[in-house]
Amino acid sequence: MNFMGYRRANGKAAVRSHVLVIPSVVCSQGATEAITRNLKGAVYVANVFGCAQVGADREQTKRTLVGFGTNPNVFAVLVVGNGCENLPAKEIVEAIAPCGKRVEFIEIQEVGGTKKTIAKGRKIVKEMLADAAALPREPIPLSELIMATECGGSDYTSGLASNPALGAASDLVVEAGGAVILSETTELIGAEHLLAKRARGPEIGKQVLDLIAWWEKEAIATGQDIRGANPAPGNIAGGITTIEEKSLGCIYKGGTTPLEEVIKYAFPPTRKGLILMDTPGHDIDQLTGMMAGGAQLAVFTTGRGTPTGSPIAPVIKITGNAETYRKMKDNIDLDVSQIIKGKETVKEAGRRIFEEVIAVASGKLTKAEKLGQRDFCIFKIGLNF
Amino acid sequence: MAGKSKAIMIHEKDNVATAIVPLRAGSTVSLEVQGRKEKVKLLSSIPMGHKFALRPIANGENVIKYGEPIGETTAAIARGEHVHVHNVVSHRGRKEGA
Repeated sequence: MNFMGYRRANGKAAVRSHVLVIPSVVCSQGATEAITRNLKGAVYVANVFGCAQVGADREQTKRTLVGFGTNPNVFAVLVVGNGCENLPAKEIVEAIAPCGKRVEFIEIQEVGGTKKTIAKGRKIVKEMLADAAALPREPIPLSELIMATECGGSDYTSGLASNPALGAASDLVVEAGGAVILSETTELIGAEHLLAKRARGPEIGKQVLDLIAWWEKEAIATGQDIRGANPAPGNIAGGITTIEEKSLGCIYKGGTTPLEEVIKYAFPPTRKGLILMDTPGHDIDQLTGMMAGGAQLAVFTTGRGTPTGSPIAPVIKITGNAETYRKMKDNIDLDVSQIIKGKETVKEAGRRIFEEVIAVASGKLTKAEKLGQRDFCIFKIGLNF
Repeated sequence: MAGKSKAIMIHEKDNVATAIVPLRAGSTVSLEVQGRKEKVKLLSSIPMGHKFALRPIANGENVIKYGEPIGETTAAIARGEHVHVHNVVSHRGRKEGA
């Protein structure tokens, strides 16, 4: 089975062809916004880090920004630095370059101020956009798709309808040879034994249990109660009582196939099939991590409704809550609430989601893309110094 | 999944069901899962999406949904009573005794 996508110089497959402008540091974020303004196909990421970071924390910021640059959905990259940050633009460029796409950098201090940087940046981006426009779509096997899954603003319908339906679609993607990423480790608490049982081998099962144990220990070590954050107040109002209940509903997204691999935040999967990426439950942290890991597309289920989108990838939003769909039609792509009324089966809804995935991978715009919703947030793991 | 029922029981082991419409105290709800039939008279009004007990649940007993424990009760819960954060506590992500 094929979708109509783009083929990159390094052989990777893409579903979009963006020109990405990356601020290597928060100081140049304003310039990157101005560079991309009103240029169709050009996007920037709202990076608020990139300076005064050390060790694993700096490494994670770099890996995430580089992962966005190397994501196949990105045709070419311009990195904009200020010039004195401890994550220099040049270092990001050097890490992206081996994937074979055009990547350049400019620095505000060197170019001589914001106005000149914007003018120079826009000139480069316009050239890149012209080249991107010349590239045609071509048939690409679905086995080359990496689909991110996510749920946010969950309510009782998430576990009853949208997550099981997404699970059925995940199984179809895996069956076609593709990869599906499950994330939000904190929202596996209480359901980890079910996922561990599905692991390809005992070592991977143990990795799942160890991850959950680590997050739970970290939560307890803060002296705080994880319940203050998860389930969130909106989850509770929507009928979810505990984190275990939320997790058991959440895990349906991953379908029923074996868990092939556990990967760290913003790392690419090395296998096909179902992958678990270790991320927080924070919606945008995890979406960013999966896109940095090379996912070309995401399917996001919601009960209460969310506007979430990504700068570099389509995010298909699904709800099992008929009222939410009615109220937030401009944000949500698919309504699977008929499952709860017994008028559509989980399998039928899953097939509908799968067909939408192929259509969107082939160029159909999602609601979030039409709205220009471009959320970006790096999972911060250390202090700024 | 639900047919004409006003509530959903997901797994045959479950001791709670989820209301898919707002339900009033005093009303009776019929539901079925995998051949197990239940008829429950509600003791509390149940907001849409919230849970009620399918059988009496003792204080400290597990609440079962999706066939798995989702937490334990902090008070005895009668059949037909609202089951939520006021009478259930998570087992997870909290300090001992919290």
